[in-house]
Amino acid sequence: MTTSNPGQPHQPSPTAPQPDGERFVLRFQRSDRLLHGFLMASFLTLALTGMPLLFPEAPWASKLANLLGGYRVTGVLHRMAAATMLLVFSTHLVRLAHRLIVRKDFGMLWGPRSLVPQPVDLVQLLQHFRWFVGLGPRPHFDRYSYWEKFDYWAVFWGMAIIGTSGLMLWFPAFFARLLPGWIFNIALVVHGEEALMAMVFIFTVHFFNGHLRPDKFPMDLVIFTGRVSVEELKHERPAEYERLVAEQGLDKVLTRPPTPGLIALARIVGTIAVCTGLTVAGLAIYALLR
Amino acid sequence: MVMTSAMRALKTSILLVTLLVACVAHAEEAADATTPTNEDCLACHSDSLDRSKGKPIPSVAEPYAASIHGQSELSCVDCHADLQGKELPHPDKLAKPDCSTCHEDAVAAYEQSVHANSRRKSPDSQAAWCTDCHGVHDIRGSKDPESKTYHFNLPTTCGKCHGNEGIIAKSHIEIGNVPAHFADSIHGRALNKSGLVVAPNCATCHGNHDIRRASDDKSRVNRFNVPKTCGTCHAGIRAIYETSVHASALREGNPRAAVCIDCHTAHDTKVVDAAWKADLVKECGTCHKESIRTFRDTFHGKVTTLGFTRAATCADCHGSHGILPQKDPGSLVSDARRTQTCRKCHQGATEKFSRYDPHADSRNQQRNPVLYYISQAMKLLLISVFAFFGLHTILWLGRSLVIVRKLQAEGKIDDDK
Repeated sequence: MTTSNPGQPHQPSPTAPQPDGERFVLRFQRSDRLLHGFLMASFLTLALTGMPLLFPEAPWASKLANLLGGYRVTGVLHRMAAATMLLVFSTHLVRLAHRLIVRKDFGMLWGPRSLVPQPVDLVQLLQHFRWFVGLGPRPHFDRYSYWEKFDYWAVFWGMAIIGTSGLMLWFPAFFARLLPGWIFNIALVVHGEEALMAMVFIFTVHFFNGHLRPDKFPMDLVIFTGRVSVEELKHERPAEYERLVAEQGLDKVLTRPPTPGLIALARIVGTIAVCTGLTVAGLAIYALLR
Repeated sequence: MVMTSAMRALKTSILLVTLLVACVAHAEEAADATTPTNEDCLACHSDSLDRSKGKPIPSVAEPYAASIHGQSELSCVDCHADLQGKELPHPDKLAKPDCSTCHEDAVAAYEQSVHANSRRKSPDSQAAWCTDCHGVHDIRGSKDPESKTYHFNLPTTCGKCHGNEGIIAKSHIEIGNVPAHFADSIHGRALNKSGLVVAPNCATCHGNHDIRRASDDKSRVNRFNVPKTCGTCHAGIRAIYETSVHASALREGNPRAAVCIDCHTAHDTKVVDAAWKADLVKECGTCHKESIRTFRDTFHGKVTTLGFTRAATCADCHGSHGILPQKDPGSLVSDARRTQTCRKCHQGATEKFSRYDPHADSRNQQRNPVLYYISQAMKLLLISVFAFFGLHTILWLGRSLVIVRKLQAEGKIDDDK
């Protein structure tokens, strides 16, 4: 998900350049943000409707299941959200194929704009740990840091594994024509365990890395507005900033600042998502520790 | 006339004999006069007496007249035998009537009962005696709707003691307030709400005079006798039950083999609906511990644990009264019949489909090796991911807080940022 087209370039006044905090670079296109929005909504729905079945003996389980509408309604909601997520996943795969085959954007496969893990990620991981303990400078991240790549691939394989096992459990009679019955035992275990890992990971680690850590607290709106200030870009991803300036010139990649309406919407959606996620994580951890 | 000595002697003898005969005759007449007749008793024990002065005297005229003893024209002293040949008024305390004079068999049966045992053991026992259930002067035949032992009235009669918390506590009646449970059971409702004389009351299962403890092997409610007792009404179900693995275990003398009351309970018997069946899983699990644990891990088990009744529970696959071991070809879960059983819910189920293990155990390496290793791998992955990112997050948080503190101290950011 690279920003090859930064959108409509912003035209800064040549006489009075604005401060970095008020100049914005487009990090995520609208289509990327929409896909993330659908992914988020479907993920939260799947998490909420799946939780009672993951921890049926927890004291909150039957209350949550009934609150969401009981056995039938939660079942339907879970499958609707699953269909949405599979659609998001397929759209993403089609877009990737389009970029690679039609637009021949090989930069997505390797290099600073790619999400593919590379040796530099291992180096930066070690550098980051050194920085954590105060033994070195902060690594110069480019467009995607190693933890963002992990997030991406975790969700990618998560969708593949949970999606496949989920479809098998959704249509057991069909899959039983091709596969032996014991495969459903495995599908059930894999579906639940992988989903538990995905939920707790997204609602703790991803939330912390993306939103809750002191630099970003309470949340980073970039995934909703798509825009990051030059000031933040310089601080967070100096390598990307330098590369953008060197490749295209900073003026070329500048975009309109996010409108107040978009920011307000982002805050509302973000708050709902983060609160829901933290609640689900809390319920899961409570049930696990009980 | 001058009497000879012989004549004088004869005269004396005649006089003496006459006197003696008169005396004996008079004595017999006096005995008949002292035994009170019913009229004598009712002279005091009826409403016609002025009760304004002295000690109150219980009135028994009306209840006695309506009672089966009154109707049969028994006299008071037939029961109050200690008053025979006694002058009235009688002492305050009368001897306890001996019912066995007439009801020999009933009393002999009663002597075998838990009630009689309790009375023998402890002089202050409150256990039921004849009059506690049948009444005193107002005893009626059990066919009489007014009778304390009439079919619909018996639960209330037993409930006088078995529904009395004080007596329950004092007499250590372990089972507690049974009539309250029974009243809400399907049997209690059939009796009280629907007015069915075919519905069982206490005596139908427990018997009447010879009620015994369930632990007594002669008791009708002893585990080994329960199928026969329930089978007196539920004969069709009993016939099926007798073919089951539970019945053969019971015949072999296994006291843990399931009988009717283990699933249906004795006094809380309910309509068999989906909610009841879902709840029954717990009951099967009291013996089949391994099976319930593995069932709880599956989709069927999880859905039922949440209280939803759509998913299969034990009886849906294994059957109920005629339950057979899996190896028996007649079993619903035998290799031959299993697919058919799955199809009850999963219409498209195939032979392959029915190879699903509804009791798979991801912790059992022998039974489900593939599942075991996959599950272990998932756990390892989960632990490694959270161990790594847990450390990553904590270190990052610590570092970030140090930086924020430093910037605050240098005045580069204000507290709001």
